[in-house]
Amino acid sequence: MKKHWKSLAERKNDSSPHPEKEIPKGNLEQILDIFDGYQSATKSNRRDFLKLCGYSLAISTVVASCENSVQKAIPYLIKPEEITPGKANYYASSYVNGSDYCSILIKTREGRPIKIEGNDLSLVSHGGTSARVQASILGLYDTNRYKYPKIKEEKVSWEELDQEIIKELEKARSKNEKIVLLTPSIYSPSSRQIIQSFQQTYPNIDWVQYDSSSSSAMIQANEMCFDKAGISEYRFDFADLIVSFDADFLGNWLDPVEHIRQYSKNRKLNDGNTRMSRHIQYESRLSLTGSNADYRITVKPSEQIIFIAQLYNEILKIKAKENYELREASADIKQLAKELWKKRGKSLVIAGENDIDKQVLVNAINYELENYGTTLRVDKQLKTKQAIDEDMESLLSDVKSGKVKGLLCYDVNPVFDYYKGAELAQAIKKLSFSVALNKEPNETSVLFDYISPDNHYLESWNDLEPRTSRYSLMQPGIWPLFDTRQFQSSLLAWMGKETEYLKYIQNYWEQHLYPLQAAYPNFTSFWQHTLQKGVFDPMTDSVFDIKFSNQKMDKLMGEISNLSVSGGVELQVYESIAIGNGSLANNPWLQELPDPITKVCWDNYITISPEDALKLELETSDVVLLNDKIKAPVYILPGQAKDTVAIAGGYGRTVSGVVGKHIGVSVSQFGVYEKDHRKSLIRNLNIQKTDEKYELAMTQTHHSMEGRAIVREATLSEYLNNPAAGNEIDHEFDDAGIYQKPNFPDHHWGLVVDLNSCVGCGACSVACQSENNVPVVGKKEVIRAHEMSWIRIDRYFSGDENNPAVSFQPVMCQHCDNAPCENVCPVAATTHSSEGLNQMAYNRCIGTRYCGNNCPYKVRRFNWFDFTKADSIPNNLHDIAEMTIDLKRMVLNPDVTVRAKGVIEKCSMCVQRIQEGKLDAKMEGRPVKDGEIKTACQQACPSGAIIFGDLNNKQSQLVKETSSKRNYHLLEEIHTLPSVSYLTKIRNKESNQT
Amino acid sequence: MYVSPIREPLIRGKKTYNKITQEIAAPIEGKAGKAWYAGIALTGSAVLLGLIMIGYTVWEGIGTWGLNKTIGWGWGITNFVWWIGIGHAGTFISAILLLFRQKWRTSINRSAEAMTLFAVMCAGLFPLIHMGRPLLAFFVFPYPNTRGLWVNFNSPLLWDVFAISTYFTVSLLFWYIGLIPDIGTIRDRMKSKAKKWIYGMLSFGWTGSAKHWQRHESISLILAGLAAPLVLSVHSIVSMDFATSVIPGWHTTIFPPYFVSGAIFSGFAMVLTLLIITRKVLNLENYITVGHVESMNKIIIATGSIVGIAYITELFMAWYSGVEYEQYAFMNRATGPYWWAYWIMMSCNVISPQLLWFKKLRRSLVFSFILSIFINIGMWFERFVIIVTSLHRDYLPSSWEMYKPTIVEVGIFIGTLGLFFTLFLLFIRVFPVIAIAEVKGVLKSSGEKNLNPDKN
Repeated sequence: MKKHWKSLAERKNDSSPHPEKEIPKGNLEQILDIFDGYQSATKSNRRDFLKLCGYSLAISTVVASCENSVQKAIPYLIKPEEITPGKANYYASSYVNGSDYCSILIKTREGRPIKIEGNDLSLVSHGGTSARVQASILGLYDTNRYKYPKIKEEKVSWEELDQEIIKELEKARSKNEKIVLLTPSIYSPSSRQIIQSFQQTYPNIDWVQYDSSSSSAMIQANEMCFDKAGISEYRFDFADLIVSFDADFLGNWLDPVEHIRQYSKNRKLNDGNTRMSRHIQYESRLSLTGSNADYRITVKPSEQIIFIAQLYNEILKIKAKENYELREASADIKQLAKELWKKRGKSLVIAGENDIDKQVLVNAINYELENYGTTLRVDKQLKTKQAIDEDMESLLSDVKSGKVKGLLCYDVNPVFDYYKGAELAQAIKKLSFSVALNKEPNETSVLFDYISPDNHYLESWNDLEPRTSRYSLMQPGIWPLFDTRQFQSSLLAWMGKETEYLKYIQNYWEQHLYPLQAAYPNFTSFWQHTLQKGVFDPMTDSVFDIKFSNQKMDKLMGEISNLSVSGGVELQVYESIAIGNGSLANNPWLQELPDPITKVCWDNYITISPEDALKLELETSDVVLLNDKIKAPVYILPGQAKDTVAIAGGYGRTVSGVVGKHIGVSVSQFGVYEKDHRKSLIRNLNIQKTDEKYELAMTQTHHSMEGRAIVREATLSEYLNNPAAGNEIDHEFDDAGIYQKPNFPDHHWGLVVDLNSCVGCGACSVACQSENNVPVVGKKEVIRAHEMSWIRIDRYFSGDENNPAVSFQPVMCQHCDNAPCENVCPVAATTHSSEGLNQMAYNRCIGTRYCGNNCPYKVRRFNWFDFTKADSIPNNLHDIAEMTIDLKRMVLNPDVTVRAKGVIEKCSMCVQRIQEGKLDAKMEGRPVKDGEIKTACQQACPSGAIIFGDLNNKQSQLVKETSSKRNYHLLEEIHTLPSVSYLTKIRNKESNQT
Repeated sequence: MYVSPIREPLIRGKKTYNKITQEIAAPIEGKAGKAWYAGIALTGSAVLLGLIMIGYTVWEGIGTWGLNKTIGWGWGITNFVWWIGIGHAGTFISAILLLFRQKWRTSINRSAEAMTLFAVMCAGLFPLIHMGRPLLAFFVFPYPNTRGLWVNFNSPLLWDVFAISTYFTVSLLFWYIGLIPDIGTIRDRMKSKAKKWIYGMLSFGWTGSAKHWQRHESISLILAGLAAPLVLSVHSIVSMDFATSVIPGWHTTIFPPYFVSGAIFSGFAMVLTLLIITRKVLNLENYITVGHVESMNKIIIATGSIVGIAYITELFMAWYSGVEYEQYAFMNRATGPYWWAYWIMMSCNVISPQLLWFKKLRRSLVFSFILSIFINIGMWFERFVIIVTSLHRDYLPSSWEMYKPTIVEVGIFIGTLGLFFTLFLLFIRVFPVIAIAEVKGVLKSSGEKNLNPDKN
């Protein structure tokens, strides 16, 4: 072939004798070469061209059609041994927030904690959790946390901080200036030892414990009566008659998670058990506990002591013991004394108020009733509350007087929650040395010079002893997200010791706890196994030998007999179920959890009785002025005692994140200090009506059942006569349809809710929110009834307006086998699975809301706005709680789709858990075991009120419950054939009248 | 031809055929007045408001509406049903009255049919924009797709899709077929070339030959036959959105006939509202006479009474059924928080039309106009009562809620009113409001010399 040349240079090259150097190839050419089998030398230009055309066409198509932003999913370079992508790991740990304790499992996915589950092995919490425990996972990803150590708002390194602090500490030691370490109750044995050695290193350091809600009267009452300081351990499961004077033991008093389990355990009814405890509650505000009581008597806080004294006196009379001169007791009290005496050894009388006289009297009553050793014990103690109120009072005066020069403050916020917080704040400003060891800024820590940020509990090691010889371990679920260090390590560092706290704990356990058992031959295996279980319960001998002695009883009874009841309005400050003392105020899940009784979220408010409201011409959402100081909205609460009002503390935080700031009003200043004990109440309150209105966010605005058989109930005696009492029409309409009932050959998943066990605490709601990525909508949207909760707890009042009977009913999707929602969807976005589940295909949903309208249970939730950032339209995000920022999105459950704007969602019966359980069983080649799969609500429930299972498995617990005479379907007369059913509520009353 | 001395003449004013053409074509040939511009400016701004509000809804989400977890449908679906109802008169007049050989329909059928189309357009907007994801609205069509997805034929909403699209198509065809001879007339009268060409295209080459007339007559009759059952089916199916549900107050077998008569009732009211103004403004008093108004009033009293009976039957059935939810739903309608809506509905729809038993009122234009507005309002409230008061308090009192529309929903409704009147204003400027050809056909059927001389 004739050769043409293009340029002179080419011609010249051509003629060169040297072989042509291959030009390095570009990426594209290399790729093309692969197709050619590396025979680049022989390739023809035309084929190349065609390939290039095809390739570039393909690439341009791909590139042009990819409008979505690139999402990176980077695989592990070196895969950690324990992590299988897509498979969750569980680590036993403990939840601790001040005095709140719970043994938990941390569910982690690909190394990040996403959910808290209860630890079934714990002998304290028995697998139960509370709303706060469930929500605490979100606190880990809180943007409000301290991210690094600081000195006077300046970012410093840990070395610098340690240096400075050690210098200050040493200076104070040399001058012998008093420094105080202020902590919440410390019930970690290792931490206590660290604090002790810290005090040994710096003898000028005093240690003060401070509980925001104090129980110091109980501690000292036990010291007075039995010479054993501390809080008794209560056993509600052994009590057949519980009399509680204002103790909200299912809500906030001591350890509700444990109490709820014990309480409901002794009230569960089935074929084998037809006994249940009776619960009588004397209280002023309608608490969660009072709403569950069989009998509830409204009394003013100041009147309670008379009732308790009379009860004591009546019992003494029955026992023919020496008694006191008191006002004649009412017939009810006399009757109660008789009943208590009949149930002696199996009864329990408790008082909630932090009042030494009441606690002494209650101790005396329990002693006379021979309850010690069965329903409560002094030798076994509850250790989560140890603070003595006097200590805090003297700390305040010492700081004010300048006696205390420095303050180390760990995990407490007295400026906010102490009744003299404002005074304390003034005093703190004058301190020369102040270190805050908190994990997030609060009203107290912002006044401090040195910030030594603590880890979140999910990033920390710790050991705990919440009850006498019930040990529990805390292990981290993730490496600290920020540059933080846990409190104990900080103290170790400032003592100049090795800072690794884990080693310290191990040493402590090896020395003190390992010898208490014999099961494990060496410490390593003991440690490994204990860590895996999370709890350690050594067998210990205890002696029941107690002697009651109180020389001051005569004087006390004398005082009470002279007591005159004051007429003024009394205000009680209580902790709300969700927010508690306010430390969790920045948690949107808790802010949006409606109060079990009032169904109000995102606020605190004054609860007032209907009678008083009428007198003061108040309506719900009117604003009142309290003692000319504080303005708060009013909520008219049936069941509130006359001449009393109540308001939740923990609100009105001024230093908090985007969520918690300025939510509600702070009422911590409402407190009194009497007989060395701090009480969250004031007397002779002045309430003034203002012209202002304030809208409260309520998830339920109608409170009556309107005579419909929604929550079916009976009294115990009716139930014993006829197990189907109150449930006469159960399953009457099951075969009413003209079509054949659907048949589910493999599984037929179902759920049963025991209304007799449910106390209404709301743990299930938050658990569901955490498990199913349920969005937070905010106060404004809750007011507009746009809340998204998949499981809600309906609360109904019945009977007397001034002291109503309360019924709770958790309502989630009923998974109807004849579902009204399914046949109305034009695009078949909601369908029935072959296993009886009513399922949603979010991608298919176009959002007509017809299904929501046609759902008789109103459980379907619509995505009114873009709450989740899953919508494709920009700039329309409605995220009041920062839930869509990358940090907080780490909490999302990767197994559950995040729903976009405009689609309907609802309870899926945790289909992802069902699927996981089925796959596990399949891998092991066996059928799914009963109880193996637990829904999130069931797992979280401390009372075991929710049971999930297979309706086709006749041996299952579920079928046992559904075949009970107490079982019924909600609204069964409309023939929806739900897979969820309920068990009637039984009240242990004489008759069904209030 | 024999001319009855007793029967009231359908067309007054001693018209000749030429005069009829001239008078009816006048608005198309003449220049629009200030009033027309003012009108279209007003309605156009309403459309703009509606568009903004629709845009806002699609962008932000349905949360901008006053709906909530309990009340999933509010003004949106109320407006939908209301507009669909209004869209019933046109086809009823042109199809059913044609089959019943009612000659008086010829003066009003054209505008009534146009009104039907515009009302259905307004109605059709609502199911689309009330969706959470309107961009995926095409999911409701059973088209073959690679995802293997299919629609749910059990759902009344799907039936709606078919019913409304069929109704719209047939109504449009019917209206247009009727228009063809008139468009031919207009074409011939147009002077500008462009207009001549456009009307020429639109007239499909109509020459008025006997063959054309024959075909025109037969297709009209066929379409009338097709459209007549549609008049009954569309609102029956719309009513099934409610009737097939389980919600007390919705779950009622009486709904289909009750909705159809309600629809015709409201449709005629809207025709009256429009035509009483139109005849005045366009000087068509001799074509749309008091006699026409009276005839329409007679239909209104008939259908209004049916609606009234239906309301009472519902109440009776609620009591008679013994179902507590049903009983509560109706007690709640009359005495609950939305009692005012119920009593507006009752007084506007049941009580006020009964006044039409008086001939004097029946023939009074002022009264008819006011009454027609009352009925329009009453029928809107009927749909509001059915939708909102049933939903807001259904089975579980824990979920009971209240509903209040937001400015966005009100804006969209105003927008559809704007759209409706804008389209009507455009219509009277481009097409003859009265069927010229048909009116000529009835010109001689009744005489001028009736025994009841003109008194209007």
